[in-house]
Amino acid sequence: MSGTIVDNNASSLSIPTDIAGHMLDLDDDDDLEVFSKDTREGSSFNASMQTSPGSMINQYKFEEEEEDIDTKDIFVTVDDPESYVTAIETFITYRVVTKTTRSEFDSSEFEVRRRYQDFLWLKARLEEAHPTLIVHPLPEKFVMKGMVERFNEDFIETRRRALNRFLNRIADHPIFSSTEDFKIFLTADVGALTSHKKQGPGFLSRMGESVRGLAATVRGVRNRPEEFTAMQEYVEAFGQHISSLDKVTQRIVREQKEYLEDLKECVPTYTLWSNSEEELAEPLRGMASCLERCYKETEEQVKELNDNLNPTLHEYVLCTETLKTVLRRRDIIQAEFEAKTEALLAKHADREAIREDLYKMEDRLEWANNALKSDWTRWKKVMRTDLRSAFMDTAEKNVNYYEKCLAVWETFLLSQRTDAEGTQVLDSS
Amino acid sequence: MADSGSEDIAVIGNTDLTPSESENNIKNTMVEKGTNLLKRMEISVAEAEKRTGKNAVNMQETYTVYLVETRALDATSEGTTPVPDSLWRRYSEFELLKNYLLVTYPFLVVPPLPEKRAEFVWHKLSADNMDPDFVERRRVGLENFLLRVASHPALSNDKIFYSFLTEENGWKETVFETGFQAKADSRLKALNATFRVKNADKRFADMKHYGDELQSVISQLLRVRARAADRLYGVYKVHGNYGRVFSEWSAIEKEMGDGLQSAGHHMDAYAASVDDILEEEEHYADQLKEYLFYADAFRAVCRKHELTQYELEMAGQDLTSKKQQQEELATGTVRTFSLKGMTSKLFGQETPEQREAKLKMLETQIEEGEELVKERNAECEEFVKSAWVDIERFKEQKDHDLREALISYAIMQISMCKKGIQVWNNAKECFSKM
Repeated sequence: MSGTIVDNNASSLSIPTDIAGHMLDLDDDDDLEVFSKDTREGSSFNASMQTSPGSMINQYKFEEEEEDIDTKDIFVTVDDPESYVTAIETFITYRVVTKTTRSEFDSSEFEVRRRYQDFLWLKARLEEAHPTLIVHPLPEKFVMKGMVERFNEDFIETRRRALNRFLNRIADHPIFSSTEDFKIFLTADVGALTSHKKQGPGFLSRMGESVRGLAATVRGVRNRPEEFTAMQEYVEAFGQHISSLDKVTQRIVREQKEYLEDLKECVPTYTLWSNSEEELAEPLRGMASCLERCYKETEEQVKELNDNLNPTLHEYVLCTETLKTVLRRRDIIQAEFEAKTEALLAKHADREAIREDLYKMEDRLEWANNALKSDWTRWKKVMRTDLRSAFMDTAEKNVNYYEKCLAVWETFLLSQRTDAEGTQVLDSS
Repeated sequence: MADSGSEDIAVIGNTDLTPSESENNIKNTMVEKGTNLLKRMEISVAEAEKRTGKNAVNMQETYTVYLVETRALDATSEGTTPVPDSLWRRYSEFELLKNYLLVTYPFLVVPPLPEKRAEFVWHKLSADNMDPDFVERRRVGLENFLLRVASHPALSNDKIFYSFLTEENGWKETVFETGFQAKADSRLKALNATFRVKNADKRFADMKHYGDELQSVISQLLRVRARAADRLYGVYKVHGNYGRVFSEWSAIEKEMGDGLQSAGHHMDAYAASVDDILEEEEHYADQLKEYLFYADAFRAVCRKHELTQYELEMAGQDLTSKKQQQEELATGTVRTFSLKGMTSKLFGQETPEQREAKLKMLETQIEEGEELVKERNAECEEFVKSAWVDIERFKEQKDHDLREALISYAIMQISMCKKGIQVWNNAKECFSKM
């Protein structure tokens, strides 16, 4: 499997099997500049590195520092879900708004409508083109738990947010955001998009790829570099932890909702009681009103958990699967290379042809490895930012929740203490 | 649970009063300041212990005894705190005292005892009578009961109450000697009265109705509150899982590790904080329960009024019918149908001597009847007067106590919110270092 180079002139319609061809598109000067930025050590393929796609990736700076907002030159949003009704089916379309200063775009603002299927298509294309880069997950087709209806408002809003996040991740990704597919997704009208989709990779080439893939998987990787094994171990562990956090959060939401049900019943009971009392009527009504307000605040707090922390954690559960797939694809590429190496040793092999293929596969492997390594670093950074802000937001919301409830009870307390005769106003410690 | 040794003692309580209990004590003494017994002595139920022994049917049983301590107050003014007198009492003895008071002072709202069995529990564990938490709350409730009685203007002067506090041995016999059980109104009588009273004082009817409502609404509140507490417990405890997972996750992260680890500790703290919160909630529930049981005592007074009224009316009816009989005999006319009248018509009139005897008897009976009616009337009036005074006193106490309970509930909520703010601010701080 090969991938498209980040070259805006290259057509993403044809999938060249030979990367070397694309290398000829580049200026030698650019390559030298790139080569000097290449800080990787111990690479035995330095000579060919200067024209390899791998070094091209370095050009796009997978840096350790945070991306400056100022350097961001493309902004996308997904909003305004609407029902679209045809004779055959009903589905939801979302508005995708793009604002950009990039020169490769014909204009600076675009607005199109896209449906979920279109997002799926974009993701598939990006994965195909860059098998060892990490594509942010899309929200799932259906939510099994809780049996959410497809056209339920909350479901649509949750999905919209996830689609928004997905598209933003793509826009933030140095390689993905420069792809032709992405540009078409953002700018083409419905008709143009449909015809572009039809020119996808041939069925046969996809078939061929999966057969090769299967053979390679059966054979297995012999000499996987340590760092990728480490990655795999990390992904396993990370997957478990994120999954646990997802479950814990869902459980908290469930328990909170049940708590709300019970809290709700307290309110009318106090009101009922106040009806049979004289002196106590006012404080009892006060209690009922406090509980009512706390109820509302609790409702909001649960909503926040549900709308923000929950989906974010869930996305990272999906990310784990993506990471596993990406690692598997890289393994397959290596397995194929190793198979080819062995073929070279076969008695009746056509050494010339095999060696030719071998060089290409070596490059392909090197390129895949570097792509993955760089994107891995990038992914980890994004993950850290995402999860950190998700947890911080949750903590912030919880603080606000308690602050609001505190105000409710303090007001009540004050009203009771100034009413009661003879009692001193003590410090609320 | 204690084992088979016959006098195993395991101390399961302590002598220290927690701040909430001292507050409770002070509250109670403040409520009825200036009443007799509490002016003279300090009363407390300081400890609880498990005992085993053979019961009446010679079977092994385990029970709890409570240490009732009393200390004369005037001695402390001299600057010395004398050693308190103390004796051990079982729950059943408290019950005996209460029943005695109920029967002896039917016109007073007698303070209730804490529940015999744990009800309205939110946590399955504390449904067990031997559970230390239950025993502890019962100890507080028993102390509360004694303080309430000691601060009641009338009840505090009762001799049986005093000897309950001061004489360990032979107290039970003293109580039985008063013969109070004979005075206890049978349930059937009381029930009868409820259905047949014609002229019950409206105020008492209203009060009884109020007692019913109070009981129903507090029961409902206790039930709902118990469920909500259960849920809240769940919410907090699940957060403990965050702590565990953060800790595990931090092991595979380089930069995020520290932030995660410390955030995890705060999640553990959050989960743990619910225990204190719910303990205070239980205290609130106990205050509500006291008034739930008070409602019973309250209704008992109203029923007793109906009973006295009923008996007055019965005596009155009886007198009226006797007077009528007298009139009929004297005038020879039969106004109302009576079997006697019919039989005498059928089987012949009585002799003049018989009639004379009858008239004489009736006269005596009428005299006695009039006396009885006067007595009962006076009883009724006396009852209404005393009962109404105590009901007014009770109303004031209830309003005050329940308002205080609501205030402490609010304080508890405030404390809970403040803790929440602190924990989540800390967690946020840690998350920011992720």
